[in-house]
Amino acid sequence: MKVDLVVALAGNANVGKSSIFNQLTGLGQIVGNWPGKTVEIAEGVLLHHGKHIKIIDLPGIYSLSTYSQEEIVSREYIAFKHPDVVVNVVDATALERNLFFTLQLLEMGTPLVIALNLVDVAKKKGMTVDEERLQHLLGTPVVPTIATKGIGVHEITDASIKQADKQSRQNKNVIRYGPEIEKRIEKLERVLAGINIGYPPRWTAIKLLEGDSEIVNKVSEKHPDVIVAANILATEISEIHKEPCSNVIASERYAVAARIVKEVQTSKEPTKASMSERLDSLSMHSVWGYLLMFTIMLSILMFMSLFGGWLSETLRNLFESVNPHIAGFWPDLAWNGGVVGLYVTLSVALGFILPFYLILGILEDSGYLPKIAYLMDRPCHTIGLHGKACIPLLLGFGCNVPACVGCRIMETKRDRLITVFLSTLVPCSARTVVILGLVGAYVGVQWAIALYVVDFMLIFIIGKILNRLLPGVSVGIIMEMPPYRLPSGKVVLKQAWNRFKPFLITALPLIILGSIIIESMRITDVLYLVSNALSPVTVVWLGLPAFTGFLFIFGVIRKEAALVLLTTAAGTAEIRAVMSPVQMIVFALVIMIYVPCVATIAALIRETGWKKAGLITLTEIGLAVLLGGVAFRLLSLFM
Amino acid sequence: MPKEHIEEYLEAIYDIAGQEGTAKTTEIAERLQNAPASVTEVFQRMKQKGLVRYESHKGVTLTAKGYKAATKMKRKHRLLEVFLDKMLHLPSDKVHEQACKMEHTLTDETEIALCKTLKGPTECPHGSPIPPCNLEVKNCQECFSEQNLTLEKRDKDIIAITSLKHGEKAKIVFVRGGGGVMQRLCDLGLTNGTTISLLREAPMHGPIEICVRGCKLVIGRGIAEKIFVQKT
Repeated sequence: MKVDLVVALAGNANVGKSSIFNQLTGLGQIVGNWPGKTVEIAEGVLLHHGKHIKIIDLPGIYSLSTYSQEEIVSREYIAFKHPDVVVNVVDATALERNLFFTLQLLEMGTPLVIALNLVDVAKKKGMTVDEERLQHLLGTPVVPTIATKGIGVHEITDASIKQADKQSRQNKNVIRYGPEIEKRIEKLERVLAGINIGYPPRWTAIKLLEGDSEIVNKVSEKHPDVIVAANILATEISEIHKEPCSNVIASERYAVAARIVKEVQTSKEPTKASMSERLDSLSMHSVWGYLLMFTIMLSILMFMSLFGGWLSETLRNLFESVNPHIAGFWPDLAWNGGVVGLYVTLSVALGFILPFYLILGILEDSGYLPKIAYLMDRPCHTIGLHGKACIPLLLGFGCNVPACVGCRIMETKRDRLITVFLSTLVPCSARTVVILGLVGAYVGVQWAIALYVVDFMLIFIIGKILNRLLPGVSVGIIMEMPPYRLPSGKVVLKQAWNRFKPFLITALPLIILGSIIIESMRITDVLYLVSNALSPVTVVWLGLPAFTGFLFIFGVIRKEAALVLLTTAAGTAEIRAVMSPVQMIVFALVIMIYVPCVATIAALIRETGWKKAGLITLTEIGLAVLLGGVAFRLLSLFM
Repeated sequence: MPKEHIEEYLEAIYDIAGQEGTAKTTEIAERLQNAPASVTEVFQRMKQKGLVRYESHKGVTLTAKGYKAATKMKRKHRLLEVFLDKMLHLPSDKVHEQACKMEHTLTDETEIALCKTLKGPTECPHGSPIPPCNLEVKNCQECFSEQNLTLEKRDKDIIAITSLKHGEKAKIVFVRGGGGVMQRLCDLGLTNGTTISLLREAPMHGPIEICVRGCKLVIGRGIAEKIFVQKT
């Protein structure tokens, strides 16, 4: 398809880029109230007045001098892919810091449209922005928007088309630095005359003075003498200001941003603490904050265990009451393989997975996740990480795949590797299904919680070991704290649906198919042969029934399948008849640890490479078998 | 009374009571292995010099002058420890004792040279923070690049952001260390001269939350301890 226009959405983290993207394209990028959701570039196409417009959603970025991996992605895109228009999404409640980045885009000569987002929130806070004045000062179109409601979104497209059609590509020179800096920029511009690396000479000169490694490399390839000149000029500036040149330039940019804000924004000092601030003092309190966090986590677990257990019981009774009980190969295959497979999968999906995604959506959209990062920062240091690592780890409770990818918010390679490893050990919703649906439902909730405790201890110990093995120390947390927001029901539902859809489309048919295959293997005794081959591990070491062997293999594809197929392989939906409580606990423990599912392994390979992904997978298999055997022997003593 | 004697006392009070707390006579006597009677005598002398406030039943509290002198001694002591550990590779159980003896004869000039040679360390080998210098600099790079040192002395009291009380406002004057973290702080609006306020801190030396340019930021303790401010 022919694309008429490429529009990239860029701006600070958590300002609403993905919301605007979803509004424009109708796609389902993950949104939520915390910085660092988007770590990869997303693309979508919009048909607007007969034009095909490609919309690019970029990860959040605070400055063109980047810091973490997802920011580099954004910078590379803006600087080297040259989109036709960059829509700079700006948070109206934090104008000064947002404009700092806007000014950098202007300097770079990027064709720009400003989407002034969150104007409704700003108004509630008593801030109003004079858009026309801002438009005049910046020399670029400014469109006020409320992304969550879709207000102003189409005006963005109109402004972008207009901006792209504009002939002159000269941005207004908004920033004049101090004379001592301007003089040196000019000098360097003269040295750069005739050298073209695809950027405005003024921007190149500023970047060279800032010592931007990417631009320095680009220029030094052919003109090492320019770098020498730039270094001399930068040193002169540092000597005048007694500060590194890049800091001087940042300070001046902030001074300009502050001046603009002063001119365009009027704000009333709030008379009393806002609701969000009062919630902050509770949820970030040294004692109550932690208590609240544990209470929330525990109630989620309890609720899911009880609700999921109740639903699967109800569904089973419902379906079994219409069981025609016809014996024979085909009826058995259809009922035990097909129908049982279907209703157990449904109870897994509706009882555990969907409720969890709804809860996760509420946590994300309310802005609670960053508070957890704050509370857990200190504890994270004992395993050599900082608080931000909690966010991918928490996402891991939903699914390990986005958790692995989400680890890109960690700033160093070392922190990223540790977090990726640990996030594959987090019991995802599929594993929760096995833990709660098997142990929680048939042995007792306290045993399910015990399994979680074991898992968290394992994460802690492995974190400790990795911290020892991998040299270096964590850089420490620097993170924006978004204000609380009442979660929007629409957003939470849509988000849960977007996460749930892949399960329905890929997992449901796969599990039912698997169920039918296993049933046919059970009837024809093939299952017996396969399971027997694995029995030295499953029966002798782990003390499990022989038919579980095949489930471990199938569980690699989908872990929740292990529970569903358990009923098929056992030949009965009454699991209590074929497995003892100890066996259920050991089975759930091994499923919890033994190996990430294929999707996660694929994500691991993408994030860490073949070697490390293989190592992580093998370690986890070894651990699972070891711990499972030990647990079997210990539990058998008193159960 | 020898100068070293007073300096040892200052350090002991600093360790026990910090900036505003009170150290009891018995605590100091025990720590320095002196008789309580002679401790009381030294306290009287220190009070005359305006270094401490002394009440015979409660104990001693450092005055602003005393606190400044004590931080300076701590700085020298911990810099020397780093020197003995990193450069001379002395066994780590020996460095404290040795530094205790050397610190009293270290001139300010040598102290600055030591800090530069060691590339502005922030912690002693035992993990305690080294107080910042009192030079008119905005960050360490400037000091490292300066060829002949003609830096003026700073005549204002600066403290780490973490020493602020909740809700207190202050202006950033000095960011220690450098590289990517410093650039990031700058990019997030923590440039020199910016007013910030401390909102809260997590327990057990956890991170802090500050308000800067209308935004709330959480900063890890290790980074926050390198940001120095002046109360407004």
